[in-house]
Amino acid sequence: MKILVPTKRVPDTDQRIRVAADGLSIDTSMLPFVVNPFDAIALEEAVRISEESSQPVEVVAVGVGGDEYEEQLRTALAMGAERALLVETDRPVDPWNVARLLVKVVERESPNLIIMGKQAVDDDANQAGQFLAALLDWPQATFASKVELVEGGLRVDRETDAGIETVRVSLPAVVTTDLRLNEPRYASLPSIMRAKKKTIERLSCEELGLTIEPRIEIVAMEGTSSDRQCERVDSVDELIDRLRNVAEVI
Amino acid sequence: MRILLIAEHNGTHLRTASRCALGFANQLAVQTDGSVTCLLLGSGLDEVAADAARFADVLVADDEALRSPVADRYARVIADVAGAGAFDLVTAAATTFAKDIVARAGGLLGGAMASDVIAHEWRDDRLLLQRPMYAGAVNATVVLHGPVQIVTVRPSAYEEAAVKNRPGSIEKIEVDAAALPNHIQFEGLASKETGRPDVTEARVVVSGGRAIKNSEDFERLIGTLADRLGAATGSSRALVDAGITPNEFQVGQTGKIVAPELYMALGISGAVQHLAGMKNSQVIVAINSDPDAPIFEVADYGLVGDVYELIPELIEKLDGD
Ligand SMILES: Cc1cc2nc3c(=O)[nH]c(=O)nc-3n(C[C@H](O)[C@H](O)[C@H](O)COP(=O)(O)OP(=O)(O)OC[C@H]3O[C@@H](n4cnc5c(N)ncnc54)[C@H](O)[C@@H]3O)c2cc1C
Repeated sequence: MKILVPTKRVPDTDQRIRVAADGLSIDTSMLPFVVNPFDAIALEEAVRISEESSQPVEVVAVGVGGDEYEEQLRTALAMGAERALLVETDRPVDPWNVARLLVKVVERESPNLIIMGKQAVDDDANQAGQFLAALLDWPQATFASKVELVEGGLRVDRETDAGIETVRVSLPAVVTTDLRLNEPRYASLPSIMRAKKKTIERLSCEELGLTIEPRIEIVAMEGTSSDRQCERVDSVDELIDRLRNVAEVI
Repeated sequence: MRILLIAEHNGTHLRTASRCALGFANQLAVQTDGSVTCLLLGSGLDEVAADAARFADVLVADDEALRSPVADRYARVIADVAGAGAFDLVTAAATTFAKDIVARAGGLLGGAMASDVIAHEWRDDRLLLQRPMYAGAVNATVVLHGPVQIVTVRPSAYEEAAVKNRPGSIEKIEVDAAALPNHIQFEGLASKETGRPDVTEARVVVSGGRAIKNSEDFERLIGTLADRLGAATGSSRALVDAGITPNEFQVGQTGKIVAPELYMALGISGAVQHLAGMKNSQVIVAINSDPDAPIFEVADYGLVGDVYELIPELIEKLDGD
Protein backbone atom coordinates (compact mmCIF):
# COMPACT_ATOMS: atom_id res chain seq x y z
CA MET A 1 0.00 0.00 0.00
CA LYS A 2 1.14 3.52 -0.70
CA ILE A 3 -0.10 6.62 1.12
CA LEU A 4 0.47 10.08 -0.28
CA VAL A 5 0.52 12.96 2.18
CA PRO A 6 0.40 16.41 0.61
CA THR A 7 1.69 19.08 2.99
CA LYS A 8 1.83 22.85 3.05
CA ARG A 9 4.36 25.21 4.56
CA VAL A 10 2.61 27.84 6.68
CA PRO A 11 3.62 30.50 9.21
CA ASP A 12 3.87 29.23 12.78
CA THR A 13 0.40 29.56 14.29
CA ASP A 14 1.68 31.48 17.32
CA GLN A 15 3.00 34.36 15.25
CA ARG A 16 1.45 37.76 14.71
CA ILE A 17 0.55 38.22 11.06
CA ARG A 18 1.00 41.60 9.40
CA VAL A 19 0.18 42.79 5.91
CA ALA A 20 3.24 43.52 3.74
CA ALA A 21 3.97 46.88 2.13
CA ASP A 22 2.46 45.73 -1.18
CA GLY A 23 -0.96 45.52 0.46
CA LEU A 24 -1.53 42.16 -1.24
CA SER A 25 0.33 39.65 0.88
CA ILE A 26 1.65 39.16 4.39
CA ASP A 27 5.05 40.21 5.67
CA THR A 28 7.00 36.96 5.91
CA SER A 29 10.41 38.46 6.71
CA MET A 30 10.31 37.62 10.41
CA LEU A 31 8.10 34.57 10.35
CA PRO A 32 9.15 31.04 11.27
CA PHE A 33 7.38 28.44 9.13
CA VAL A 34 6.04 25.02 10.03
CA VAL A 35 4.23 22.12 8.43
CA ASN A 36 0.53 23.04 8.44
CA PRO A 37 -0.76 21.52 11.71
CA PHE A 38 -3.52 19.55 9.95
CA ASP A 39 -0.92 18.09 7.57
CA ALA A 40 1.23 17.04 10.51
CA ILE A 41 -1.83 15.14 11.75
CA ALA A 42 -2.17 13.59 8.28
CA LEU A 43 1.49 12.52 8.34
CA GLU A 44 1.10 11.04 11.79
CA GLU A 45 -1.94 9.06 10.68
CA ALA A 46 -0.15 7.71 7.62
CA VAL A 47 2.90 6.72 9.65
CA ARG A 48 0.71 5.00 12.25
CA ILE A 49 -1.05 3.02 9.53
CA SER A 50 2.34 1.94 8.18
CA GLU A 51 3.55 0.97 11.67
CA GLU A 52 0.42 -1.00 12.49
CA SER A 53 0.00 -2.75 9.16
CA SER A 54 1.24 -6.27 8.55
CA GLN A 55 1.76 -5.37 4.89
CA PRO A 56 4.47 -2.95 3.77
CA VAL A 57 3.12 0.60 3.56
CA GLU A 58 5.07 3.38 1.89
CA VAL A 59 4.37 6.94 3.03
CA VAL A 60 5.28 9.66 0.54
CA ALA A 61 5.16 13.32 1.61
CA VAL A 62 4.57 15.92 -1.09
CA GLY A 63 5.11 19.66 -1.01
CA VAL A 64 4.30 22.31 -3.55
CA GLY A 65 6.58 25.34 -3.50
CA GLY A 66 10.15 26.61 -3.74
CA ASP A 67 13.52 25.64 -2.21
CA GLU A 68 12.49 27.00 1.17
CA TYR A 69 10.10 24.07 1.39
CA GLU A 70 12.91 21.58 2.00
CA GLU A 71 12.91 22.21 5.71
CA GLN A 72 9.27 21.13 6.13
CA LEU A 73 9.74 18.10 3.90
CA ARG A 74 12.68 17.07 6.10
CA THR A 75 10.37 17.35 9.07
CA ALA A 76 7.98 15.02 7.25
CA LEU A 77 10.80 12.53 6.62
CA ALA A 78 11.87 12.76 10.25
CA MET A 79 8.31 12.01 11.34
CA GLY A 80 8.46 8.79 9.37
CA ALA A 81 7.70 9.43 5.71
CA GLU A 82 9.71 7.12 3.49
CA ARG A 83 10.17 9.57 0.64
CA ALA A 84 9.58 13.25 0.03
CA LEU A 85 8.70 14.91 -3.21
CA LEU A 86 8.82 18.62 -4.01
CA VAL A 87 6.75 20.00 -6.86
CA GLU A 88 8.62 23.17 -7.73
CA THR A 89 6.70 26.38 -8.23
CA ASP A 90 8.03 29.89 -7.94
CA ARG A 91 4.89 31.55 -6.61
CA PRO A 92 2.02 30.72 -4.31
CA VAL A 93 -0.42 28.28 -5.81
CA ASP A 94 -4.15 28.28 -5.07
CA PRO A 95 -6.11 25.15 -4.06
CA TRP A 96 -7.29 24.45 -7.62
CA ASN A 97 -3.77 24.34 -8.96
CA VAL A 98 -2.48 22.39 -5.99
CA ALA A 99 -5.17 19.81 -6.74
CA ARG A 100 -4.25 19.73 -10.44
CA LEU A 101 -0.55 19.26 -9.63
CA LEU A 102 -1.41 16.52 -7.16
CA VAL A 103 -3.44 14.72 -9.82
CA LYS A 104 -0.25 14.53 -11.87
CA VAL A 105 1.70 13.24 -8.88
CA VAL A 106 -1.01 10.64 -8.29
CA GLU A 107 -0.71 9.51 -11.92
CA ARG A 108 3.02 8.91 -11.39
CA GLU A 109 2.87 7.43 -7.89
CA SER A 110 -0.42 5.48 -7.96
CA PRO A 111 -1.16 5.72 -4.23
CA ASN A 112 -4.05 3.80 -2.64
CA LEU A 113 -4.79 6.52 -0.16
CA ILE A 114 -4.23 10.25 0.17
CA ILE A 115 -4.35 11.79 3.63
CA MET A 116 -4.10 15.57 3.91
CA GLY A 117 -5.11 18.40 6.22
CA LYS A 118 -8.70 19.64 6.06
CA GLN A 119 -7.45 23.18 5.73
CA ALA A 120 -4.20 25.09 5.65
CA VAL A 121 -4.12 27.64 8.43
CA ASP A 122 -2.83 30.39 6.12
CA ASP A 123 -5.60 30.79 3.54
CA ASP A 124 -8.12 28.74 5.56
CA ALA A 125 -9.72 27.64 2.26
CA ASN A 126 -10.64 24.04 3.07
CA GLN A 127 -10.79 23.12 -0.63
CA ALA A 128 -7.75 21.24 -1.94
CA GLY A 129 -8.70 17.76 -0.70
CA GLN A 130 -12.23 18.01 -2.04
CA PHE A 131 -11.00 19.36 -5.40
CA LEU A 132 -8.48 16.55 -5.65
CA ALA A 133 -11.09 13.87 -4.87
CA ALA A 134 -13.41 15.42 -7.48
CA LEU A 135 -10.72 15.52 -10.16
CA LEU A 136 -9.68 11.93 -9.48
CA ASP A 137 -13.30 10.78 -9.13
CA TRP A 138 -12.30 9.13 -5.85
CA PRO A 139 -14.42 9.01 -2.69
CA GLN A 140 -13.63 11.51 0.03
CA ALA A 141 -13.95 11.48 3.80
CA THR A 142 -13.33 14.97 5.05
CA PHE A 143 -12.69 16.25 8.62
CA ALA A 144 -11.73 12.81 9.89
CA SER A 145 -11.47 12.21 13.63
CA LYS A 146 -11.04 8.43 13.31
CA VAL A 147 -9.81 6.26 10.43
CA GLU A 148 -10.06 2.47 10.43
CA LEU A 149 -8.95 0.11 7.71
CA VAL A 150 -11.81 -2.31 7.07
CA GLU A 151 -12.70 -4.92 4.50
CA GLY A 152 -12.98 -3.16 1.16
CA GLY A 153 -11.84 0.28 2.30
CA LEU A 154 -12.01 2.63 5.26
CA ARG A 155 -14.47 3.49 7.95
CA VAL A 156 -14.10 7.13 8.90
CA ASP A 157 -15.63 9.25 11.65
CA ARG A 158 -16.12 12.81 10.44
CA GLU A 159 -16.52 15.93 12.56
CA THR A 160 -19.54 17.83 11.25
CA ASP A 161 -21.54 20.76 12.60
CA ALA A 162 -24.23 18.34 13.73
CA GLY A 163 -21.94 15.81 15.43
CA ILE A 164 -19.85 12.81 14.43
CA GLU A 165 -20.85 11.26 11.12
CA THR A 166 -19.59 7.83 10.11
CA VAL A 167 -18.98 6.89 6.49
CA ARG A 168 -17.44 3.96 4.69
CA VAL A 169 -15.37 4.63 1.58
CA SER A 170 -13.75 2.32 -0.92
CA LEU A 171 -10.08 2.69 -1.88
CA PRO A 172 -8.44 4.61 -3.42
CA ALA A 173 -9.75 7.56 -1.42
CA VAL A 174 -8.95 11.02 -0.14
CA VAL A 175 -9.15 11.60 3.62
CA THR A 176 -8.81 15.06 5.16
CA THR A 177 -7.89 15.36 8.81
CA ASP A 178 -9.45 17.19 11.71
CA LEU A 179 -7.75 18.09 14.98
CA ARG A 180 -8.90 15.10 17.01
CA LEU A 181 -7.56 12.40 14.69
CA ASN A 182 -4.29 12.05 16.57
CA GLU A 183 -1.50 13.94 18.22
CA PRO A 184 1.51 14.20 15.92
CA ARG A 185 4.78 12.93 17.34
CA TYR A 186 7.91 14.94 17.74
CA ALA A 187 10.65 13.57 15.57
CA SER A 188 13.49 11.95 17.51
CA LEU A 189 17.04 13.18 17.07
CA PRO A 190 18.22 10.03 15.23
CA SER A 191 15.30 10.26 12.81
CA ILE A 192 16.07 13.95 12.20
CA MET A 193 19.68 12.98 11.43
CA ARG A 194 18.55 10.21 9.09
CA ALA A 195 16.13 12.59 7.38
CA LYS A 196 18.97 15.01 6.68
CA LYS A 197 20.71 12.41 4.54
CA LYS A 198 17.74 11.55 2.37
CA THR A 199 17.30 13.13 -1.02
CA ILE A 200 14.23 15.11 -1.73
CA GLU A 201 12.91 14.28 -5.18
CA ARG A 202 12.02 17.27 -7.29
CA LEU A 203 9.50 17.66 -10.05
CA SER A 204 8.82 20.78 -12.09
CA CYS A 205 5.46 21.84 -13.45
CA GLU A 206 6.93 21.28 -16.93
CA GLU A 207 7.84 17.70 -16.10
CA LEU A 208 4.33 17.22 -14.85
CA GLY A 209 3.03 18.79 -18.06
CA LEU A 210 1.01 21.46 -16.34
CA THR A 211 0.66 25.21 -16.56
CA ILE A 212 -0.71 27.02 -13.54
CA GLU A 213 -4.14 28.59 -14.11
CA PRO A 214 -4.75 31.01 -11.24
CA ARG A 215 -8.34 31.00 -10.00
CA ILE A 216 -8.10 33.33 -7.04
CA GLU A 217 -6.61 36.78 -7.46
CA ILE A 218 -5.98 38.77 -4.31
CA VAL A 219 -6.64 42.43 -5.09
CA ALA A 220 -6.33 43.85 -1.57
CA MET A 221 -5.42 42.77 1.93
CA GLU A 222 -5.80 44.56 5.20
CA GLY A 223 -5.06 43.79 8.83
CA THR A 224 -7.93 43.45 11.25
CA SER A 225 -7.83 44.72 14.79
CA SER A 226 -10.22 45.00 17.66
CA ASP A 227 -11.26 48.52 18.57
CA ARG A 228 -13.14 47.39 21.65
CA GLN A 229 -12.43 49.04 24.98
CA CYS A 230 -12.70 46.56 27.78
CA GLU A 231 -14.39 47.89 30.86
CA ARG A 232 -13.10 46.04 33.90
CA VAL A 233 -15.87 45.42 36.37
CA ASP A 234 -15.14 44.50 39.99
CA SER A 235 -18.03 42.26 40.88
CA VAL A 236 -20.76 40.01 39.57
CA ASP A 237 -23.30 42.67 40.57
CA GLU A 238 -21.57 45.24 38.42
CA LEU A 239 -21.38 42.81 35.50
CA ILE A 240 -25.11 42.06 35.70
CA ASP A 241 -25.84 45.78 35.90
CA ARG A 242 -23.81 46.51 32.74
CA LEU A 243 -25.38 43.66 30.78
CA ARG A 244 -28.88 44.69 31.83
CA ASN A 245 -28.77 48.43 31.83
CA VAL A 246 -25.97 49.48 29.51
CA ALA A 247 -25.59 46.75 26.88
CA GLU A 248 -29.19 45.61 27.37
CA VAL A 249 -28.47 42.07 26.28
CA ILE A 250 -29.94 40.12 29.21
CA MET B 1 -25.64 36.89 -12.51
CA ARG B 2 -27.63 33.69 -12.49
CA ILE B 3 -27.08 32.42 -8.98
CA LEU B 4 -27.65 28.90 -7.71
CA LEU B 5 -28.03 28.54 -3.96
CA ILE B 6 -27.36 25.10 -2.51
CA ALA B 7 -29.76 25.00 0.43
CA GLU B 8 -29.46 22.96 3.59
CA HIS B 9 -32.60 21.82 5.28
CA ASN B 10 -33.89 19.62 8.08
CA GLY B 11 -36.48 17.84 5.94
CA THR B 12 -39.14 20.48 6.48
CA HIS B 13 -37.43 23.89 6.54
CA LEU B 14 -34.44 25.71 5.15
CA ARG B 15 -31.73 26.09 7.74
CA THR B 16 -31.07 29.57 9.07
CA ALA B 17 -27.53 29.48 7.66
CA SER B 18 -28.93 28.88 4.17
CA ARG B 19 -31.39 31.74 4.55
CA CYS B 20 -28.40 33.97 5.33
CA ALA B 21 -26.60 32.73 2.21
CA LEU B 22 -29.81 33.49 0.37
CA GLY B 23 -29.55 37.02 1.76
CA PHE B 24 -26.16 37.31 0.02
CA ALA B 25 -27.57 35.81 -3.19
CA ASN B 26 -30.51 38.20 -3.24
CA GLN B 27 -28.27 41.25 -2.77
CA LEU B 28 -26.00 40.12 -5.57
CA ALA B 29 -28.94 39.37 -7.87
CA VAL B 30 -30.22 42.92 -7.40
CA GLN B 31 -26.76 44.39 -7.99
CA THR B 32 -26.21 42.40 -11.18
CA ASP B 33 -29.77 42.39 -12.46
CA GLY B 34 -29.70 38.63 -12.09
CA SER B 35 -31.72 35.82 -10.56
CA VAL B 36 -31.60 33.38 -7.66
CA THR B 37 -32.57 29.72 -7.87
CA CYS B 38 -32.51 27.45 -4.87
CA LEU B 39 -31.42 23.82 -5.27
CA LEU B 40 -32.66 21.26 -2.75
CA LEU B 41 -31.22 17.76 -2.56
CA GLY B 42 -32.51 14.83 -0.56
CA SER B 43 -35.41 12.48 -0.47
CA GLY B 44 -39.04 13.27 0.39
CA LEU B 45 -38.70 16.99 -0.17
CA ASP B 46 -42.27 18.22 -0.80
CA GLU B 47 -42.60 20.07 2.46
CA VAL B 48 -39.20 21.73 2.38
CA ALA B 49 -39.69 22.65 -1.30
CA ALA B 50 -42.81 24.57 -0.30
CA ASP B 51 -40.83 26.32 2.43
CA ALA B 52 -37.99 27.20 0.04
CA ALA B 53 -40.44 28.53 -2.57
CA ARG B 54 -41.38 31.27 -0.12
CA PHE B 55 -37.92 32.69 -0.81
CA ALA B 56 -36.99 31.86 -4.42
CA ASP B 57 -37.60 29.64 -7.40
CA VAL B 58 -36.74 26.10 -6.44
CA LEU B 59 -35.16 23.13 -8.20
CA VAL B 60 -35.68 19.84 -6.42
CA ALA B 61 -33.43 16.80 -6.75
CA ASP B 62 -35.58 14.32 -4.86
CA ASP B 63 -34.41 10.72 -4.94
CA GLU B 64 -33.89 7.83 -2.56
CA ALA B 65 -30.25 7.79 -3.69
CA LEU B 66 -29.85 11.23 -2.12
CA ARG B 67 -31.30 10.34 1.28
CA SER B 68 -27.99 10.97 3.07
CA PRO B 69 -25.69 13.86 2.23
CA VAL B 70 -22.79 11.96 0.66
CA ALA B 71 -20.28 14.17 -1.11
CA ASP B 72 -19.72 12.21 -4.31
CA ARG B 73 -23.40 12.01 -5.27
CA TYR B 74 -24.46 15.44 -4.08
CA ALA B 75 -21.52 17.12 -5.80
CA ARG B 76 -22.30 15.32 -9.05
CA VAL B 77 -25.92 16.51 -9.02
CA ILE B 78 -24.88 20.08 -8.17
CA ALA B 79 -22.29 20.14 -10.95
CA ASP B 80 -24.79 18.73 -13.44
CA VAL B 81 -27.29 21.46 -12.56
CA ALA B 82 -24.77 24.32 -12.41
CA GLY B 83 -22.50 23.33 -15.28
CA ALA B 84 -22.76 23.86 -19.01
CA GLY B 85 -23.34 27.57 -18.63
CA ALA B 86 -26.59 27.23 -16.73
CA PHE B 87 -25.40 29.34 -13.78
CA ASP B 88 -22.68 31.96 -13.22
CA LEU B 89 -22.31 31.53 -9.50
CA VAL B 90 -22.96 28.75 -7.00
CA THR B 91 -23.31 29.73 -3.37
CA ALA B 92 -24.00 28.15 0.01
CA ALA B 93 -23.48 28.83 3.69
CA ALA B 94 -19.98 28.01 4.97
CA THR B 95 -20.98 24.99 7.06
CA THR B 96 -19.37 21.54 7.19
CA PHE B 97 -22.03 20.42 4.68
CA ALA B 98 -20.84 22.96 2.12
CA LYS B 99 -17.17 22.60 2.97
CA ASP B 100 -17.49 18.91 2.15
CA ILE B 101 -20.02 18.86 -0.68
CA VAL B 102 -19.99 22.25 -2.38
CA ALA B 103 -16.18 22.27 -2.41
CA ARG B 104 -16.24 18.93 -4.21
CA ALA B 105 -18.76 20.34 -6.68
CA GLY B 106 -16.34 23.26 -7.04
CA GLY B 107 -13.69 20.77 -8.09
CA LEU B 108 -16.02 19.49 -10.81
CA LEU B 109 -16.82 23.04 -11.90
CA GLY B 110 -13.31 24.40 -12.43
CA GLY B 111 -12.13 25.34 -8.95
CA ALA B 112 -12.79 29.10 -8.86
CA MET B 113 -13.89 29.14 -5.24
CA ALA B 114 -13.84 31.57 -2.34
CA SER B 115 -14.62 30.16 1.10
CA ASP B 116 -16.22 31.88 4.07
CA VAL B 117 -16.94 35.22 2.42
CA ILE B 118 -17.91 38.02 4.85
CA ALA B 119 -18.64 40.91 2.44
CA HIS B 120 -18.86 41.61 -1.25
CA GLU B 121 -19.03 44.44 -3.73
CA TRP B 122 -20.06 44.58 -7.38
CA ARG B 123 -17.83 47.12 -9.05
CA ASP B 124 -16.94 47.66 -12.72
CA ASP B 125 -18.54 44.37 -13.66
CA ARG B 126 -16.36 42.50 -11.20
CA LEU B 127 -17.39 40.67 -8.07
CA LEU B 128 -15.07 41.60 -5.21
CA LEU B 129 -15.26 39.13 -2.34
CA GLN B 130 -13.87 39.75 1.09
CA ARG B 131 -12.72 36.81 3.17
CA PRO B 132 -10.63 36.30 6.30
CA MET B 133 -7.26 34.57 6.16
CA TYR B 134 -4.69 33.62 8.80
CA ALA B 135 -7.32 32.94 11.48
CA GLY B 136 -8.88 36.32 10.83
CA ALA B 137 -5.66 38.32 11.25
CA VAL B 138 -6.21 39.78 7.78
CA ASN B 139 -9.10 40.22 5.41
CA ALA B 140 -8.33 39.67 1.75
CA THR B 141 -10.36 40.97 -1.15
CA VAL B 142 -10.35 38.44 -3.96
CA VAL B 143 -11.61 38.12 -7.51
CA LEU B 144 -12.35 34.68 -8.94
CA HIS B 145 -11.42 33.64 -12.46
CA GLY B 146 -13.19 30.62 -13.84
CA PRO B 147 -16.18 29.30 -15.70
CA VAL B 148 -18.40 29.31 -12.62
CA GLN B 149 -17.72 31.15 -9.38
CA ILE B 150 -18.24 29.14 -6.19
CA VAL B 151 -18.78 31.17 -3.05
CA THR B 152 -19.50 30.00 0.48
CA VAL B 153 -20.59 32.79 2.80
CA ARG B 154 -20.30 33.16 6.53
CA PRO B 155 -23.90 33.11 7.75
CA SER B 156 -23.40 35.68 10.51
CA ALA B 157 -22.15 38.20 7.94
CA TYR B 158 -25.46 38.38 6.05
CA GLU B 159 -29.03 39.06 7.07
CA GLU B 160 -31.51 36.25 6.54
CA ALA B 161 -33.48 36.60 3.31
CA ALA B 162 -37.04 37.84 3.69
CA VAL B 163 -40.06 35.96 2.38
CA LYS B 164 -41.06 37.13 -1.13
CA ASN B 165 -44.43 38.61 -1.95
CA ARG B 166 -45.14 35.91 -4.47
CA PRO B 167 -43.92 32.33 -3.97
CA GLY B 168 -41.38 30.98 -6.44
CA SER B 169 -41.85 28.08 -8.81
CA ILE B 170 -40.99 24.49 -7.90
CA GLU B 171 -39.44 22.30 -10.56
CA LYS B 172 -38.32 18.71 -10.15
CA ILE B 173 -35.11 17.69 -11.86
CA GLU B 174 -34.44 14.20 -13.12
CA VAL B 175 -31.93 12.26 -11.04
CA ASP B 176 -30.37 9.32 -12.83
CA ALA B 177 -29.61 7.32 -9.69
CA ALA B 178 -27.87 4.54 -11.60
CA ALA B 179 -25.35 6.99 -13.04
CA LEU B 180 -24.42 8.52 -9.68
CA PRO B 181 -21.15 7.56 -8.00
CA ASN B 182 -21.47 4.99 -5.28
CA HIS B 183 -18.24 4.90 -3.34
CA ILE B 184 -19.20 6.67 -0.13
CA GLN B 185 -21.62 4.89 2.21
CA PHE B 186 -23.29 6.86 4.95
CA GLU B 187 -23.41 4.83 8.18
CA GLY B 188 -24.81 7.23 10.71
CA LEU B 189 -24.68 10.45 12.65
CA ALA B 190 -24.08 10.61 16.40
CA SER B 191 -25.11 13.95 17.77
CA LYS B 192 -25.38 14.93 21.36
CA GLU B 193 -28.82 16.37 22.07
CA THR B 194 -28.32 19.20 24.51
CA GLY B 195 -31.85 20.55 24.37
CA ARG B 196 -30.23 23.97 23.92
CA PRO B 197 -30.19 26.19 20.86
CA ASP B 198 -27.53 25.69 18.20
CA VAL B 199 -24.41 27.69 18.94
CA THR B 200 -24.47 29.38 15.51
CA GLU B 201 -28.10 30.43 15.82
CA ALA B 202 -28.41 31.44 19.46
CA ARG B 203 -28.87 35.02 20.64
CA VAL B 204 -26.56 34.30 23.60
CA VAL B 205 -23.62 31.89 23.73
CA VAL B 206 -21.94 30.81 26.97
CA SER B 207 -18.54 29.21 26.34
CA GLY B 208 -16.15 27.49 28.67
CA GLY B 209 -12.41 26.93 28.38
CA ARG B 210 -9.67 24.93 30.00
CA ALA B 211 -10.54 26.40 33.39
CA ILE B 212 -13.42 23.91 33.46
CA LYS B 213 -12.08 20.62 34.74
CA ASN B 214 -14.64 17.99 33.72
CA SER B 215 -18.00 17.36 32.04
CA GLU B 216 -19.95 17.55 35.30
CA ASP B 217 -18.49 20.96 36.07
CA PHE B 218 -19.17 22.09 32.51
CA GLU B 219 -22.82 21.14 32.83
CA ARG B 220 -23.15 22.53 36.37
CA LEU B 221 -21.48 25.87 35.56
CA ILE B 222 -21.66 26.61 31.81
CA GLY B 223 -24.83 24.58 31.18
CA THR B 224 -26.79 26.04 34.08
CA LEU B 225 -25.80 29.60 33.25
CA ALA B 226 -26.70 29.01 29.61
CA ASP B 227 -30.15 27.72 30.59
CA ARG B 228 -30.70 30.70 32.83
CA LEU B 229 -30.02 32.95 29.81
CA GLY B 230 -31.73 30.79 27.18
CA ALA B 231 -28.30 30.45 25.62
CA ALA B 232 -26.34 27.91 23.61
CA THR B 233 -23.21 26.33 25.07
CA GLY B 234 -19.85 26.43 23.32
CA SER B 235 -16.25 25.77 24.23
CA SER B 236 -12.66 26.29 23.26
CA ARG B 237 -10.71 23.58 21.51
CA ALA B 238 -9.04 22.68 24.79
CA LEU B 239 -12.24 21.19 26.20
CA VAL B 240 -13.09 19.30 23.00
CA ASP B 241 -9.61 17.80 22.90
CA ALA B 242 -9.98 16.78 26.54
CA GLY B 243 -13.25 15.00 25.72
CA ILE B 244 -15.18 17.30 28.06
CA THR B 245 -17.32 18.79 25.26
CA PRO B 246 -18.32 17.30 21.87
CA ASN B 247 -16.67 18.55 18.68
CA GLU B 248 -19.69 20.52 17.55
CA PHE B 249 -19.20 22.84 20.54
CA GLN B 250 -15.85 24.13 19.31
CA VAL B 251 -15.85 27.81 18.47
CA GLY B 252 -12.97 29.12 16.41
CA GLN B 253 -10.92 29.17 13.25
CA THR B 254 -11.39 25.47 12.71
CA GLY B 255 -14.70 25.08 14.52
CA LYS B 256 -17.84 27.14 14.37
CA ILE B 257 -18.00 30.86 13.70
CA VAL B 258 -20.52 32.66 15.88
CA ALA B 259 -21.65 36.27 16.23
CA PRO B 260 -24.39 36.36 18.88
CA GLU B 261 -25.71 39.41 20.71
CA LEU B 262 -23.85 38.25 23.80
CA TYR B 263 -20.82 35.93 23.99
CA MET B 264 -19.47 34.92 27.37
CA ALA B 265 -15.92 33.53 27.40
CA LEU B 266 -15.43 31.84 30.76
CA GLY B 267 -11.95 30.57 31.56
CA ILE B 268 -10.83 30.95 27.95
CA SER B 269 -7.44 32.56 27.32
CA GLY B 270 -8.25 34.11 23.94
CA ALA B 271 -5.90 32.40 21.49
CA VAL B 272 -6.20 33.86 17.96
CA GLN B 273 -7.74 30.60 16.78
CA HIS B 274 -10.55 31.00 19.30
CA LEU B 275 -11.00 34.73 18.64
CA ALA B 276 -11.43 33.96 14.93
CA GLY B 277 -14.71 32.27 15.82
CA MET B 278 -16.29 34.83 18.13
CA LYS B 279 -14.73 38.26 17.86
CA ASN B 280 -17.59 39.68 15.80
CA SER B 281 -20.10 39.03 18.58
CA GLN B 282 -21.97 42.18 19.53
CA VAL B 283 -21.13 42.15 23.23
CA ILE B 284 -18.31 40.05 24.67
CA VAL B 285 -17.86 39.24 28.36
CA ALA B 286 -14.70 37.61 29.67
CA ILE B 287 -14.13 36.08 33.07
CA ASN B 288 -10.59 34.92 33.69
CA SER B 289 -8.31 34.58 36.70
CA ASP B 290 -5.42 36.05 34.75
CA PRO B 291 -5.79 39.86 34.44
CA ASP B 292 -3.48 39.81 31.41
CA ALA B 293 -5.31 37.11 29.43
CA PRO B 294 -5.57 38.18 25.76
CA ILE B 295 -9.34 37.57 25.80
CA PHE B 296 -9.72 40.90 27.61
CA GLU B 297 -8.38 42.70 24.52
CA VAL B 298 -11.49 41.78 22.55
CA ALA B 299 -13.98 41.93 25.44
CA ASP B 300 -16.42 44.71 26.28
CA TYR B 301 -16.68 43.70 29.94
CA GLY B 302 -13.99 41.90 31.89
CA LEU B 303 -14.12 40.38 35.33
CA VAL B 304 -10.98 38.95 36.94
CA GLY B 305 -11.50 35.96 39.18
CA ASP B 306 -12.14 32.25 39.58
CA VAL B 307 -14.94 30.89 37.37
CA TYR B 308 -15.68 28.27 40.03
CA GLU B 309 -16.71 31.07 42.38
CA LEU B 310 -18.05 33.67 39.98
CA ILE B 311 -20.29 31.51 37.77
CA PRO B 312 -22.32 30.10 40.72
CA GLU B 313 -22.66 33.64 42.05
CA LEU B 314 -23.81 34.83 38.64
CA ILE B 315 -26.38 32.04 38.38
CA GLU B 316 -27.63 32.70 41.90
CA LYS B 317 -28.00 36.43 41.35
CA LEU B 318 -29.74 35.97 38.01
CA ASP B 319 -32.06 33.40 39.64
CA GLY B 320 -32.81 35.74 42.50
CA ASP B 321 -34.67 38.21 40.32
C1 LIG C 1 -4.36 24.52 13.84
C2 LIG C 1 -5.02 24.98 15.10
C3 LIG C 1 -6.38 25.19 15.09
C4 LIG C 1 -7.03 25.61 16.25
N1 LIG C 1 -8.38 25.83 16.21
C5 LIG C 1 -9.00 26.25 17.33
C6 LIG C 1 -10.39 26.55 17.33
O1 LIG C 1 -11.08 26.43 16.32
N2 LIG C 1 -10.96 26.95 18.49
C7 LIG C 1 -10.24 27.11 19.66
O2 LIG C 1 -10.82 27.48 20.70
N3 LIG C 1 -8.93 26.84 19.68
C8 LIG C 1 -8.29 26.41 18.55
N4 LIG C 1 -6.96 26.13 18.61
C9 LIG C 1 -6.30 26.08 19.93
C10 LIG C 1 -5.88 27.43 20.48
O3 LIG C 1 -4.61 27.77 19.96
C11 LIG C 1 -5.79 27.37 22.02
O4 LIG C 1 -4.90 26.36 22.40
C12 LIG C 1 -7.12 27.11 22.69
O5 LIG C 1 -8.11 28.00 22.20
C13 LIG C 1 -6.96 27.31 24.18
O6 LIG C 1 -8.15 27.00 24.84
P1 LIG C 1 -8.45 27.66 26.26
O7 LIG C 1 -8.45 29.14 26.14
O8 LIG C 1 -9.65 27.02 26.82
O9 LIG C 1 -7.24 27.13 27.15
P2 LIG C 1 -5.99 27.91 27.72
O10 LIG C 1 -5.27 28.65 26.68
O11 LIG C 1 -5.23 26.93 28.54
O12 LIG C 1 -6.64 28.99 28.68
C14 LIG C 1 -7.30 28.71 29.86
C15 LIG C 1 -7.61 30.06 30.49
O13 LIG C 1 -8.38 29.85 31.65
C16 LIG C 1 -7.89 30.69 32.69
N5 LIG C 1 -8.23 30.01 33.93
C17 LIG C 1 -7.71 28.86 34.42
N6 LIG C 1 -8.34 28.52 35.57
C18 LIG C 1 -9.27 29.47 35.81
C19 LIG C 1 -10.25 29.67 36.81
N7 LIG C 1 -10.41 28.80 37.81
N8 LIG C 1 -11.05 30.76 36.71
C20 LIG C 1 -10.92 31.64 35.70
N9 LIG C 1 -10.02 31.49 34.70
C21 LIG C 1 -9.20 30.42 34.77
C22 LIG C 1 -6.43 30.84 32.43
O14 LIG C 1 -5.96 32.07 32.99
C23 LIG C 1 -6.37 30.84 30.91
O15 LIG C 1 -6.48 32.16 30.41
C24 LIG C 1 -6.30 25.77 17.45
C25 LIG C 1 -4.92 25.57 17.44
C26 LIG C 1 -4.27 25.19 16.28
C27 LIG C 1 -2.80 25.01 16.30
